[in-house]
Amino acid sequence: MTTMQFGVFTVGDVTTDPTDGTTPSEYQRIKDTVEIAKKSEEIGLDVFATGEHHNPPFVPSSPTTTLAYIGAQTEKLILSTSTTLITTNDPVKIAEDYATLQHLVDGRMDLMLGRGNTAPVYPWFGYDGSKAVELTIEHYQLLRKLWDEDVVNWEGKFRTPLQGFTATPRPLDGVAPFVWHGSIRTPEVAELAAYYGDGYFANNIFWPKEHYIRLINFYRQRYAHYGHGAPEQAIVGLGGQFFIRKNSQDAVREFRPYFDNAPVYGHGPSLEDFTAQTPLTVGSPQEFIEKTLTFADFFGDYQRQLFLVDHAGLPTKIVLEQLDLLGEVLPTLRAEFDARRPANVPDAPTHAARVAASVAGRQADEGAVPTGRQTDEGGREGALRSAPGVRPSPRGTTGESRDSHDHQVVTR
Amino acid sequence: MRIVGISAGMSDASSTALLADRYGQAIRGARADASFEVVSLRDLAHDITDATLVGFASPRLQHVIDQAVAADALVVVTPTYKASYPGLFKSFFDVIDADLLIGKPVALAATGGTARHSLVIDFAMRPLFAYLQAMVVPTGVFASPHDWSSEGSDALGGRVDRAVAELLSVAEGGGSGRSFDDSIDLFSDTMLSISDSPL
Repeated sequence: MTTMQFGVFTVGDVTTDPTDGTTPSEYQRIKDTVEIAKKSEEIGLDVFATGEHHNPPFVPSSPTTTLAYIGAQTEKLILSTSTTLITTNDPVKIAEDYATLQHLVDGRMDLMLGRGNTAPVYPWFGYDGSKAVELTIEHYQLLRKLWDEDVVNWEGKFRTPLQGFTATPRPLDGVAPFVWHGSIRTPEVAELAAYYGDGYFANNIFWPKEHYIRLINFYRQRYAHYGHGAPEQAIVGLGGQFFIRKNSQDAVREFRPYFDNAPVYGHGPSLEDFTAQTPLTVGSPQEFIEKTLTFADFFGDYQRQLFLVDHAGLPTKIVLEQLDLLGEVLPTLRAEFDARRPANVPDAPTHAARVAASVAGRQADEGAVPTGRQTDEGGREGALRSAPGVRPSPRGTTGESRDSHDHQVVTR
Repeated sequence: MRIVGISAGMSDASSTALLADRYGQAIRGARADASFEVVSLRDLAHDITDATLVGFASPRLQHVIDQAVAADALVVVTPTYKASYPGLFKSFFDVIDADLLIGKPVALAATGGTARHSLVIDFAMRPLFAYLQAMVVPTGVFASPHDWSSEGSDALGGRVDRAVAELLSVAEGGGSGRSFDDSIDLFSDTMLSISDSPL
């Protein structure tokens, strides 16, 4: 079942372990990332997402390379990003890299777009950091065209024009990868996600939660405004983090030196204050379950929960132990979230489900007599819009190959 | 009328706290229904540092920020450290979103060990509040040791009264005509450029 997806996301930082002073090499960190992804599948998680950075102390500069390598060693895991830089990557290269990944892993992927850059990064790729929001909008509009239209004529402000250009390969089954938009501050990003009927991901590592609630509610309202469905049917993802041991005290004792020296929040609030004020749980599995379930109270029922596990210099051995513990509570988390989920809240997006929606949408389009529901405002139009990139497959899929393909992806 | 005082005085009964009290007396004298409550930044020093490091305020600090934003006017009082306001004072305003105090009526006051620091209000504090687009009243009050002596205190009280009269006038009037607006602008150029695109 994929009613709600759980997974891990990694920033990919190389951080010294504060307890023994050791620092992994880039080689070790990259290889460990693969091990963490494989472990994620082993314990029953649905998603593994990697960040993208182009400066030390981070290693993941080439997400599709890493994700394809992981894809070759996994069978069910959805491979994603957290985030792919829509600002400084050429949309043409994003379209092609991720479409290639989509073919290689039989649709078992999606991506999350974000700005994710400090000002000095932009000129490394030929862009101006003061135009981040404008770049985000223009690049995404182009990316959509590249995936949704076979032949693109395009002209914009930030890139050389395209004449009669076809991005290859075309999206698998004629359905572009599902796109999440990650943002913690910018209403334009929530608007972009709402307009295209895409997913919206709130990192959620820091609160005050009121800030995220506001942006997520804005996204939900705008999603409805553009005719994709009711506000509660918008596609929302959240981040979170934890450190758990069987005994709460053991978790606190073991994690404290990592917390106190962490690059992001170290030397600041106490671990106790920070856990009280943010989604971080440091404690027992039960405490972790209880806190995670509150997210749906604050943000509404949602589709994807990603956890940050490999950070703050934690050795990979401990990260893998944490994933084992996550695996033990995962069935409870799934059951509890499913139990509270109203029937009209959509499942998390998968390639197979989107292909099925695409076929249904095409049939509705070709139907001789539209039904009343289909011609309702926001009905038929909404259904089509809710599945961007939906159009006949250039791959010319036969019923047979589609069936086998669906079967592979749906079995979760 | 709710007026909040923000004091960066570092010790109990500091001259900075005393100056803030003078504002309280003057406010109550001018407007019987006005409330005046002073927040001491010293009590929030750790919260302010934590917020600087992690980018969000603790509930305690957030409560103070919310109070300041909701106030009809602010009285901001700081000691002079090395010819300017203390780092803690600046850090408090650093962790507040830049547009929260737009149009807010503000009276500025400072204390110092010598009258030669008296331009701290105009050369350090005013530029900060100009950046924040607050509505700063013309009279800033600087209190040197001389002002606390018997011969100086009447003059100090007179200057505080003048500053308070200005502050109340601005707070009761239209201010700068602008205030912090929390709504998301659906009609900005960038917002409109999103839905302009053909699906």
